[in-house]
Amino acid sequence: MKVTLKLYAALSDYLPDAARAGSALELDLPEGTRLTELVGRFNLPERLTHLVLVNGLYVAPAERAARMLGEGDVVAIWPPIAGG
Amino acid sequence: MGWARKVLRVNLTKGTCAAEPLNMEWAAQYLGQRGLATKYLASEIDPKCDPLGPDNKIIWATGPLTGTMASTGGRYSVITKGPLTGAIACSNSGGYFGAELKMAGWDMVIFEGVSPKPVYLLIQDDTAELRDAAHLWGKTVWQTEELLKKGHQDPLMRVSSIGRAGENRVLFACVVNDLHRAAGRSGVGAVAGSKNLKAIAVRGTRGVTGIANPKEFMKVTAEKKKILADNAVTGQGLPTYGTQVLMNVINEVGALPTRNSRDVQFEGARKISAEAMREKRPTDGKANLVTNAACFGCTIACGRISKMDETHFTVANRPEYWGATGGLEYEAAWALGCANGVEDLEALTYANILCNEDGIDPISFGATVGAVMELYEMGVLTKEQIGIEAPFGSAKALAHLAEITVRGEGFGREVGQGSRRLCEKYGHPELSMTVKSQEFPAYDPRGIQGMGLTYATSNRGACHLRSYTVASEILGVPVKTDPLATEGKPELVKAFQDATSVFDSAGVCVFTTFAWTMADLAPQLQAACEGDWSLEKLEKMGERIWNLERQFNLAAGFTAKDDDLPRRLKTEPAKTGPAKGLVNGIDKMLPVYYRVRGWTPQGVPTAETLQRLGL
Repeated sequence: MKVTLKLYAALSDYLPDAARAGSALELDLPEGTRLTELVGRFNLPERLTHLVLVNGLYVAPAERAARMLGEGDVVAIWPPIAGG
Repeated sequence: MGWARKVLRVNLTKGTCAAEPLNMEWAAQYLGQRGLATKYLASEIDPKCDPLGPDNKIIWATGPLTGTMASTGGRYSVITKGPLTGAIACSNSGGYFGAELKMAGWDMVIFEGVSPKPVYLLIQDDTAELRDAAHLWGKTVWQTEELLKKGHQDPLMRVSSIGRAGENRVLFACVVNDLHRAAGRSGVGAVAGSKNLKAIAVRGTRGVTGIANPKEFMKVTAEKKKILADNAVTGQGLPTYGTQVLMNVINEVGALPTRNSRDVQFEGARKISAEAMREKRPTDGKANLVTNAACFGCTIACGRISKMDETHFTVANRPEYWGATGGLEYEAAWALGCANGVEDLEALTYANILCNEDGIDPISFGATVGAVMELYEMGVLTKEQIGIEAPFGSAKALAHLAEITVRGEGFGREVGQGSRRLCEKYGHPELSMTVKSQEFPAYDPRGIQGMGLTYATSNRGACHLRSYTVASEILGVPVKTDPLATEGKPELVKAFQDATSVFDSAGVCVFTTFAWTMADLAPQLQAACEGDWSLEKLEKMGERIWNLERQFNLAAGFTAKDDDLPRRLKTEPAKTGPAKGLVNGIDKMLPVYYRVRGWTPQGVPTAETLQRLGL
């Protein structure tokens, strides 16, 4: 299944060079891949995996291990950030 | 005590400056800065007065922690009746000016009357006098600061001034200090301009004296700085990426108002984000962002310093704009970019520089340009009227409109009236994305429901800084709430409004609240100020300040009808993203909010509420 992974701010460093300019990477993942498996595949440190959205909706830390990804999902992740 | 206990009263009509003792009874009830100056203003002017007339007053005010060792303790506010809104205006600024004013020995400066000719106020510690500003009138903020420093041969002098926009009474003109820090919203700069007041130049060498318990103050402020340093947001996120890191976040959650709020997501967001500001440009191999910067006493340092691409069409052959200067913050990038559909980062940076240079609020300016572009696309406004073709997405139109607005030329004079007046003039009041005539900031209330209630009930017109529920609804600070739900938002908005009122009155930056709670502020005030500054007292004080502002607005003629959102946000659902199909639920939230506040269904504080708060 096709899934888009977007990594922002300091997490951009975990993307391949070619994907950094857009902060996004298109992935072909096996059916049933879970959110935490995707995070693990890119070796994202837990302390930097702070704000996690799937299709723009927040996924709480406790829900991430069980969360199955689906065709066309867009996963976006940020380290701790804020603004105003 | 953290206060200097001294107020400078300047009568511009008579040309006099006089010191008077700070009303300490009021200080115990309203703390300082926003709260205390609002108490002074509300007690001294008729809320129905013409904001640009001689009966309005304008106050520069510091807080008890301004100029002290408390982290971010460099803030000051400008308080007046706002010309954009007709409501209470209180605009907060950082930089170094506020601390300098306090170190000269003054808690606040109250200006009354109108000077017969342009003047500036010169403060050197205890001495204050009005000086002729004929040589400064017609100059930009940047020229004014340079001329004052050179004229007084004092490079350490701090200057808070208006540019040409304030002189021309642009209704969203700012007061700017330290070149690119601004008391930005509600048109406080136009009030200064209406009084022929160009600037305050101050040099303070006395330091802040009279801290109630110096040893304890040093200890507790050091502890609280450590909290800011250890917190991942205030210690790393904000200094590294600044507020601009929100651009992609708010786009992903579908709450990025785009093209005058026609859309809630912007396809060009990535190109104008914090991430883009750090990337090397193909043209010159350099990044837009040069470094971060801090205001006085700040241990967060979220400020952006940028350098433009010298070959960009806006600044080619104009080396005066090639130096490092204040860069895009999130609000400015949104207003100058998303609100107009412009995805040219350098054009946004240029427009932002002009906003700083001549003192206009980029939020109100950018949002008004969004309305202009929608009117242009509808055929209501023409190229001949505007002076340029102005479809959504035109960087050239954005740059042109910024130039003519700050100079007060041609159609720029209409832009300078703000979107409510402009849209009404051209027969489409529904296209003005405002509350109480002030333009929305960068969060769409369809995608972040609490921000709809925040805008509708903000005492200074639409504003994110009066209750930043984005912290909870999107970022999970202090607890995560659902941005698409209306339940619980009235209580959340009230809590944020009351707490922010206290932080804004203390002399510290509201960004500390990403790591601090009121329980972190209380011991710092307790060590600095005499008297009781318990958590309970501060919580009640925040509510008191909010209700004081509300009373001012009610007396000025505002009613519950003004606590409302533009029709678009209530009838045109979000087209994309998580909020697709949703409008804002203001009609559900507002009655509950009134009840939670202890107000009548008409939005008026009950006698019991006023008595409980000592109003």
